[in-house]
Amino acid sequence: MRLICYTKYKMKTAKHNRSLNNRINFQGWLFVIPATILICCMSFYPMIRALILSFQKGVGSNMSWTGADNYARLFHDKVFIQALTNTSIYLILQVPVMIIWALVLATMLNDKNLKFKGFFRTAIFLPCTVSLVAYAIIFRSMFSVDGFVNAFLLNTGILNTRVNWLGSAIGARSVIIIGMIWRWTGFNMILFLAALQNVDYSVYEAAKIDGASAIKQFFSITLPLVKPTILFTAIMSTNGALQLFDESFVLTNGGPANATITLTHYIYRVSFQNSPNFGYAAAMSYFVLALVAILAIIQMKVGDKR
Amino acid sequence: MKRLKASFKYIFLTLISILSIFPLYWMAVSSTNTSTDVISGKLLPGVNFINNWRNLIISQDVFQAFTNSAKNAICLTFISLLVCSLAGYGFEVYHDKKKDIVMFFLLLSMMVPFVAILIPLFQMFAKAGFLNSTIGFILPTISTPFLIMMFRQSTRSFPHDIIEAARIDGFSEMRIFTRVYIPTMKSTYLAAMTITFMNAWNSYLWPKVIMMTNKSVTIPMLVANLLSGYVIDYGLLNVAILICTLPTVIIFFFLQKSFTEGVAGSVK
Repeated sequence: MRLICYTKYKMKTAKHNRSLNNRINFQGWLFVIPATILICCMSFYPMIRALILSFQKGVGSNMSWTGADNYARLFHDKVFIQALTNTSIYLILQVPVMIIWALVLATMLNDKNLKFKGFFRTAIFLPCTVSLVAYAIIFRSMFSVDGFVNAFLLNTGILNTRVNWLGSAIGARSVIIIGMIWRWTGFNMILFLAALQNVDYSVYEAAKIDGASAIKQFFSITLPLVKPTILFTAIMSTNGALQLFDESFVLTNGGPANATITLTHYIYRVSFQNSPNFGYAAAMSYFVLALVAILAIIQMKVGDKR
Repeated sequence: MKRLKASFKYIFLTLISILSIFPLYWMAVSSTNTSTDVISGKLLPGVNFINNWRNLIISQDVFQAFTNSAKNAICLTFISLLVCSLAGYGFEVYHDKKKDIVMFFLLLSMMVPFVAILIPLFQMFAKAGFLNSTIGFILPTISTPFLIMMFRQSTRSFPHDIIEAARIDGFSEMRIFTRVYIPTMKSTYLAAMTITFMNAWNSYLWPKVIMMTNKSVTIPMLVANLLSGYVIDYGLLNVAILICTLPTVIIFFFLQKSFTEGVAGSVK
């Protein structure tokens, strides 16, 4: 009799618990639904629309199917290939340099005995607060023919004629890369510092006692510990480099002769300037999407292995 | 030898800091000089600031652009923090298989380059009549996988016992979130606020596409438009850049501590 009562009681509470769990679970959906719906409407739905557009040609409501023509056109479009090359140059040069640079600075600032740490950290992070447009203009005016850099080099006697930094392909690309490193290093450095601060400092002290050099410490303690952060910053920066727009648009306007134009800038030009061609622009943006996805997968694979 | 090494470190870091700050210093100083002084490479503050300022407000509607930028950025920050923290909290506290799958798909959207959805978004917003408006500015970036992820990671360190205790006390789920969670996660909110506000204030491509009337121009657009003139007045230009830069710099200085704490909490 007692057993039956007990079992009945157990069943009742279990039922009660389950209904409580169901209720809580249902409320859990209410928390995540607004964000989910917004991402579906503002990201996934437009992606499907863009996919459809990329197989069409025409303007406004006069769209007609053209099959894969837009994609075929990509490989004959000289400006597109130029934009792809430029973006790759920025990606290959800027991302690794910036990540290593940020890691080096973070390791230096992670020293417990370092004075003025707060000042150094703030100073290096400060560029990240400046808008892309503002910094692009600052660099543009600093490196212009009558800009500060030339004036400085002339006054100190390093140069005797003004250099047209933004007038040559290599010069303009270098200015963009220097600008990007200036703007973004601090942000990555903060992420690395945060990861490093989770490491117990005594690990370093033990290594020091064992006679490990600073470089050895870096490779055998720091590097393995910040690996997830490196992966994260690598994916983010690759994504950012592939979507570069403001620098190309404001700093050099793609010039000289498209030597610095980026993929996003070219897509913008095809979409909204001269004679808009939404279909072709959509095909190009799917190309960028594929690039981002492929690179992210490669990075995750490499990150897992090491 | 050791001291030499240490002092080398300080010299190196000081040099890097100077290089880091210099362009901003140059911009601030140039805003107080005449265009000719700027070109000649003058590095000391001048007395021409008010003059540059006057020239700027005569030629451009700075106040309108500033108000637009402020309105857009504040609305976006507020709504975005609400929506994304709700989602981050929900995905962590009520996580089950189905929600994990949904979360995975939301994270996939991180890979979607903005330019890929630019045209469809523009078409959708033109049809809905959202062009030239704050709602058009904020809608695409209210819900970002980055912020959801950030809140989800930080919620991991939020003790679940508190939630259980609050449930036993008869708090509803929403009340636990607003009364218990939000006050405890202040530093995450402040960090998220800093990042979102900066991104919103600084964004350029999207407003450039949808803000087509003079009345809806934002500050970064106004600054970029100054370059289209035949002769560029560098003094005036740098005043405009200063106006564009100051709000984010000030916010960063005020929230610096919670910003680093919040970022640290979300990378763990």
